[in-house]
This record gives sequence, C-alpha cells and structure tokens, in this order.
Amino acid sequence: MTESSNRGGPTGKEWAVLIALMIVSSAILIAIFLLIDWFPVAGSNVSNEIDTFWDVLLIVSIPVFVIVTGVLLFSVWRWRQRPGEEELDGPPIHGNAKLEVIWTAIPTVIIAALCAYAAVLLLDIQAAPAKGTRVVNVTGVQFAWSFETNEGGKKIKSNRLVVPVGEPVTFKVRSRDVIHDFWVPQWRLKVDAVPGITTSYSLTPTRTGTFDVVCAELCGLGHAYMRQNVTVLSKEKYAAWVARQGRAAAPAAGGDEGAGLSAKELFVAGNPSVGATACGTCHVLSAAGTKGNTGPNLNEVISPSESKAAIRETIVNPNAQVTKGYAKGIMPANYGQVLSAREIDELVNYIYDDVQGKG
Amino acid sequence: MAAKLRQPGWYRATWMVILGIAITFGLSIGLRAAFGLDPVYDGTAILTIGLLMVPFFFLGGIGCFDYWLRWARGKQVTDDHSDHGATSWKDYFKVNTDHKVIGIQYICVSFFFMFVGGLMAMLIRAELAAPGRQFVDPNTYNGVFSVHATLLIFLFVIPVFAGIANYVIPLMIGAPDMAFPRLNALSFWMLPVAGVMMLLSFFAPGGSFASGWTAYAPLSTSAPTGQLFFTIAVQFAGASSIATALNFLVTIITMRAPGMTFFRMPLLVWANFATSLLVVIATPFIAASQFMVLLDRALGFNFFNVAKGGDILMYQHIFWFYSHPAVYIMMLPGFGIVSEILANRSRKPIFGYRMMAFSLLAIVLLGFTVWAHHMFVSGMADWIRIPMMITTAIIAIPTGIKIFSWLGTMWRGVLKLDTPMLWSLGFITMFTIGGISGVMLAMVPLDIHVSDTYFIVAHIHYVLFGGSLFTIFAGIYYWFPKMTGHMYNEKLGKLHFWITFVAFNITFAPMHLIGVQGMPRRVADYAQEFATWNIIISLASFALGLSTLIFLYNMIVSWRSGPTAVSNPWRALTVEWQVSSPPPIFNFDSIPSIVGGPYEYGVPGAVHAVFKEPEPAAAVPAGVGASMASAGDGGDSGDEPDGEDRA
Repeated sequence: MTESSNRGGPTGKEWAVLIALMIVSSAILIAIFLLIDWFPVAGSNVSNEIDTFWDVLLIVSIPVFVIVTGVLLFSVWRWRQRPGEEELDGPPIHGNAKLEVIWTAIPTVIIAALCAYAAVLLLDIQAAPAKGTRVVNVTGVQFAWSFETNEGGKKIKSNRLVVPVGEPVTFKVRSRDVIHDFWVPQWRLKVDAVPGITTSYSLTPTRTGTFDVVCAELCGLGHAYMRQNVTVLSKEKYAAWVARQGRAAAPAAGGDEGAGLSAKELFVAGNPSVGATACGTCHVLSAAGTKGNTGPNLNEVISPSESKAAIRETIVNPNAQVTKGYAKGIMPANYGQVLSAREIDELVNYIYDDVQGKG
Repeated sequence: MAAKLRQPGWYRATWMVILGIAITFGLSIGLRAAFGLDPVYDGTAILTIGLLMVPFFFLGGIGCFDYWLRWARGKQVTDDHSDHGATSWKDYFKVNTDHKVIGIQYICVSFFFMFVGGLMAMLIRAELAAPGRQFVDPNTYNGVFSVHATLLIFLFVIPVFAGIANYVIPLMIGAPDMAFPRLNALSFWMLPVAGVMMLLSFFAPGGSFASGWTAYAPLSTSAPTGQLFFTIAVQFAGASSIATALNFLVTIITMRAPGMTFFRMPLLVWANFATSLLVVIATPFIAASQFMVLLDRALGFNFFNVAKGGDILMYQHIFWFYSHPAVYIMMLPGFGIVSEILANRSRKPIFGYRMMAFSLLAIVLLGFTVWAHHMFVSGMADWIRIPMMITTAIIAIPTGIKIFSWLGTMWRGVLKLDTPMLWSLGFITMFTIGGISGVMLAMVPLDIHVSDTYFIVAHIHYVLFGGSLFTIFAGIYYWFPKMTGHMYNEKLGKLHFWITFVAFNITFAPMHLIGVQGMPRRVADYAQEFATWNIIISLASFALGLSTLIFLYNMIVSWRSGPTAVSNPWRALTVEWQVSSPPPIFNFDSIPSIVGGPYEYGVPGAVHAVFKEPEPAAAVPAGVGASMASAGDGGDSGDEPDGEDRA
C-alpha cells in the first residue's frame, strides 16, 4: 500500500477550512430558512408557540444536514479516485469506538431535548379548557361542515363558523358519514371528525378576519371542495351577529348572507363558503357549458317530460334513485341543507329549461 | 396443441382463467338461486368471488402448483430441474425455480409497474399544474393517486427489493439457490396477479379504488365496487411478500456457506434478514385489516359500522401496525445496498460493521413501537401521543449511526464516483433530509398542523424516492453486470443521476413549504395562493419522469449489446463477484468457504471466500442443486451447514 502524499487524513488547515465552511453555511442557511414566510398568519393563541417551535426545529436540523453533506462533499473533493489510482485501496479502518459513542450520544441528547420541548408545548395545547368555555359543535358530512352553538340559551345553527376574538372556544367535532378533519390553518390545530366518537380541541382566536375551514382527511369525491369559512369577529360584532340570528327569516343556513348567486353561478362554481359543490364538476349541462363526466350527462339522462318535482328530488335526495351505471353515495346529499329554497328552485328551473331545449 | 393445453404455461392459464370465470358465475348464480336471494344475478357478488378465486386458476394454469399437486396425489415427482435456469427470453415468461431467473422476473415486473405508477404521477401533476379542473374529474383524480401510491408501494418498492435480494443473496452467502425454490416461484407469480388486479379497477363501475393507499374505513367500506380490487389485490401482494420473507429467513439461517458466520455476512444479507423479520411479523396485520373491510363489504360484518357497534379507529391501529414497519421494509434493503456499494467504491471496510448490523435490528424492534404517530390527529386517546413521539424520535439514533458510519466509510477512502456511487451519495443526502423532516413530524405540536398536508407528501417522497428509489437505482447499476453479463453505459448512468437528482429536488422540496402554508394533500383542486409553486413542481416532475427514460434506454441497449462483463468488474470481495457473470446455473461449481469479513479492502492479501476444487467423490454441481430444491426435508443442517451436508 503506497500512500501518495495527498491521501492521508486532512491537514490542520483543511480541518479549519472544513469546519469554518460548515459553520458559515449553516449560519447562512438558517438565516435564509428563518426569513422564509412558512406559516399562514397566526390566528390563535397557540399559533405563535408552534411557529417558534418550528424555528427551533430548523435551527437544530440545518447543522445536521450541513455536517452530513459537508463531510460527504469534503470526502469527495479530497479523496476521489484520480487517474492512476484505479488499483489503490484505502486504509483498512474498521471503526472507532470513541467516535461511535459520540455520534450516538449527541443525537440522543438533541432528541431528548426536542422531545421535552414538544411534550411541554403539547401539554399546554391540550390543556383542559376552563369551565364555561364556549362550545361549538362541528359536524362533518360529505362534503360540508355545519356548526352549532348555544348563546345564552339561543341555539344557533349555521354553515358558516362565526366566533368572537379573544375568547376561548372548544370545538366538539363529529361526523355523520366518513372521517373528515377539521382544520383552520391559521389556528394551527386540527382533529379528525370520526363517526361514532366526539373529538375536540380548544383554542382562543387572536385575530379577526375570514379564514378557510379545510377538510384535511380524504373523505371522498368532493374532498378537495370541502372548504368553508370561519369568520372571527370582534366581541361587539359577534354580539350583533348573535342577535341577528334569531331574526333571520330562513333558518336554513346560507340563506342569511350572500344569497345572490345565480343558478348558473351555482351550477358552474358551487358555493364553497357554504359547502355546496359545483354541479358542473361532475355533470354535463349544455347551458352551463360544463363537461364533468363523473356523474351522468344531464342533457341525456333527464328527459324533456321530466317534472320539476322529479328534478328537485334528484338534487336534494340524490341517493334515492341512481342512474344505471353510477354508484350511490358519490353525489353530495347536502344541497337541501346548504342551499336556500329559492336557490334550489332556481337551480331546478335552470336545469328544466335546458333539458326542454329552452336554455 | 392438445399437449400444449395440458402443459403448464400460458395456454393452460388462459383456458383455466376462462374456466374460473365460468365457475365464478355458476357458483354465485347457483348459490343465490338456491338460497332464494333476489336478484339471482348480482354483479358485486360475482366480482368478489371472481377476484378471490380466478387468480388461483391462473396460478394453477401457469404451473405454480403442478409439483405439489403431483406429490399430493402420490405420483412420482422428479427433481430433474428441467424448470431451472433460462436459455432464452421466453423462459422468463414461465414458472421457473431458479432464484436468478425469479430475481430478474421480479425486477422487470416491478419496474413495469414503476413506469405505470410513474405515468400516473405525471397525470396527477398535470391535473395540479393549475387550480381548478384540468384533465380529470375529482373521482378519477382520487383513483389515480390511490393507484399511484398502491402500485409503487406494493408492486414496486417492496418487490423490487425482494427481486434484487432474490438474485444476490443466495450468491452472497454461497448457496446454490433459495431454500424453497417452488415457493419462491409462487411468490413471484402472485405479484403480476395483484398488479393487474389493481389496474383493472379502473374499469369497475364507479371508477377505481379512490380512498388512498390507506383505504381508511368507513370510506373504504362504503366506496364503489372499485375498492374491492384494492382489498383483494393487497392480499395477493401481501401473501407474496410473506412467503418470500420466510424463504429469505430460512435461506439465510440454514444455507450459509461454511465459515459464513452472522458477523461475516455482507450487510445486504443482514438488511434482508431484518426486513424479512419485519415482513413476517407485520404483513399479516394489513391482511387482517383488508379482510375486515372485505367482510364488512361482502357479508355485513360491521367491523367498522358505528351504528352496529363497529370501531373506526381500530382500522387505523391495525393498518398502521403493518404500514409503519412497511416503511422500514421499504428502506432497510436499501441500507444494505448502499453499504455494499460504499465499501466497494471507497475501497475501505464498512466503518463500525457490528453497529451497522445491530442498528438494523434496533430499527426492526423500534419499528413496532411507533405506529400511532400516523394517528396524532385521529382522535385516539391524547395520552398515547407523547410515548409514540418519543419512540419515533428514538429511531433517529440508529438511523443516524448508519448515516455517520457511511460517512466514516468514505473518510480517507479512494472514492470512485461512478453511477452506483453517485446514486448512493445522492441517497445519503436526500435521505438525511427525509430523516430530518421525519423527526419534525414526530414532534406532535408540529405534526398536528402539518399532518395530511403537502409536508407529508414531501417527507414520504424524500424517504421513498430520494431514499428507497435512489438505492434501487444504485443496486440495479451495481449488479447489472452480474445479472446480465454486460456492462451498462456509464455516461448515460451519470446523466440519469444528475437529471433525476436536480428534478427530484425541484419537485419535492417546495412541497415542504406549501404544506406548512396550508395546502392539504389528496386534493384535485387548491387555493389560488399555491398556484405558482404548483406549476413549478409540475414542470420539474415532468423532467423527473422523462429522466427515467434514459434509465430504460440504458438498461435495454446495454443488456442487448453492452460490452461483456468480466466476473468481478468492481474488484469486490463478496462471493457473488467470485463467480462468472452471469453465474452458472447452480451458482457454484464448488461451494465456497468463507474465511474473513466481506469488506476487508486495504488489508493486504485479505480474501472473503476461497473456492476449493470439488473432491472427486463429492457431488457433481447438478446434484448439489437437486437436493437443495427439496430442502424442505433437509432440516438436519445445523448453524453452519457445510457443503457435504447438502450434497
């Protein structure tokens, strides 16, 4: 084994350069990664704690990656096979007990520290809410959420989640069919809605505004469209909203605000804020120009002699009778709940006119 | 013609499949009529029975059971090994008991499904290139990503590792074949059955199975008929992997060459030993979970029907008790491959060999204690979360030992940066990222926010693509000369690596960010704010898809007309390189004796194995193979069987 002069271990100078490069690149990478805008705005009392935890994880992780990659690249640069070395072997080093103990012990310490941090944070997040905390019952159904709360004896049911800012709230989450997941990214917490059990989490919204309520667990065909809104109101506006709820003529949700969608808009785009999936995603209707083929082509499957009542029945009760060749349980069964009576009437008329050829 | 119809093969398989379908119809209609069920003709019932039964007719027709059935009927069975080895490409389409043929069958079939699953990934990315609807409707989309994951997990990563191991391990331990060659053949033939079944699901009414590869109940118990194809195909894929794992365990424990102690085994053998333990213990759990879904669907058992006392979370516990160990099933063999290549390409012994072996066993053990980390937001009892977080994070320690030991192996070596080495180095860096994001995901407070987002998609692709697939490419290039007798094209291999490496990172790195920002996974449509990153990801993913064509071209052209490979082009010490490329039909003209460790590079005059000329009285090679093939009754061999025992 003849060792040419450049095949030994690193010189003192090389060690210094290697370590300096690793420190500098770790610092640069940490700076870049901390500057990235990772999270959506912080909307609850736990958001900032979780965001800070993420920063800590980044600061710990990046040097690990830099050390692994740095040693790897250094080795490649320093000891790659050069012309004339095709028959050369490296030194027969079988291990180094001291080194192996070190690289077992240091990760163990890091892991223990991170776990301790995470455990403390988690216990804080899942701490039992104080007695008398406002409860919102959240119910998932393919493919919409409904929300129910009790304000001074008044039951409020809605397809739009409305909560006051700065007051703790507990969400009790249930499902009526398959598993869903109740998630507001700005709040950072999520939990599955599981048939048969009630799951929950508590938090205090800290920012007013309107955010998305996202279903995060695959729940079927309309999973991607199971998006609604949560509106966080100031305490005064919330009180006003509560007061308004009793007076609303149509208790059917979605009817209280923004009832101005035309039938065509509903057919083509749906109304995500109340959980109404667009008809055109799955159905062809020439008037709407939609090309969905998951469900039957409405121009073909509805005969011109069909009554408006029958069309209405297929919208509000889609599983009662399913076109041959298509499966039950795919079309959302929630239109009767999430759309107002007027919206359904208009939708029925719109489809009826089109299959009559009047579109 | 009549003789052809009777002989095992595709003709007999064809008419037996037709017969199986006819019997299915007869059985279903007959039984329903006999019990007065209405309607007598029920499509779902026929499909359920058919999917369970017809594969056995196919396996029987192709010839997987011939020997056993003849033996069971008391007829003369011959061990003439006429079904051993391949002389033309046609032999690869027949039932064959040669582990080398089966290995190549495994690898080729797995890669076929990789390309199919990869095309589905392209379709997924095309759909996600912009918000709103592009090419497929939501039902097809859910089906495509479900089949994509299922194919690449059950029909690619798991079996391709089994294929590489099938080819290499008997050679590495100095055995003439696997312990149970006919079981080995059956294991292989169950794979295409499972894969074809999964693809056929697209023709089912209501579309293919669309509840993800996780098939959570009650979505899977209430889904359209396509779900059945998943439920039943997984049983065949699972049975295949259990049988193979048993085969590996018995082969590794009882058939090592004289002198091959456990601590002289190459790490690939250790890795597959560890993997096989995982498979044998864990895989029955996914089989159970899918049988429960099947019983719920077909016979109304109500395991997962809440209204009748069913339990939804039970499904997830059983499913993940397999599917978490499954990620190690998909990673440990890769660790083995990388260890082989790094030692050889650094021309140095593996740094800390014993710790490398022990860390594999530690991962096996710990792998069974972490399953509920997939369920931090599932609604299970809160107290389980912290213990599961701790066990999960602890796995980073043996994994870290492996990564640091690989770096130690490279340190001061003579690094040859050819294609297998580039893939191995790419693996170390990419898998480190996957490991780091894994530790992040173990941390419950963060996991609550990012679970079921694109952060998870990024993590699993860094682990399974940057991890497993990179090692698979490394292994395929490394053993290509041994398997085919030809050298691959080095330039194309390097080009393949660099395009894949760059495109891979542009595809999957941004997914970490959009996940944390709040994009859920498994959606055909997404909020406008994620549009910019998604188009970048989609474009990069197309480059990633195209890069595999370079690989395909290289493999096909090199196999047909690459330069002839010598027996040991890598100057390696392990046994498989001491025989010709490709090896003789029963692997060894004389059984090797193992006299040292497998990676003694740089030790002057060190050898791993020596070959003694066979003594005149000893069996001829064919005789060695002959008794091996019926190794089932040769259970008298002790810890260190020698060649004489088996002859």
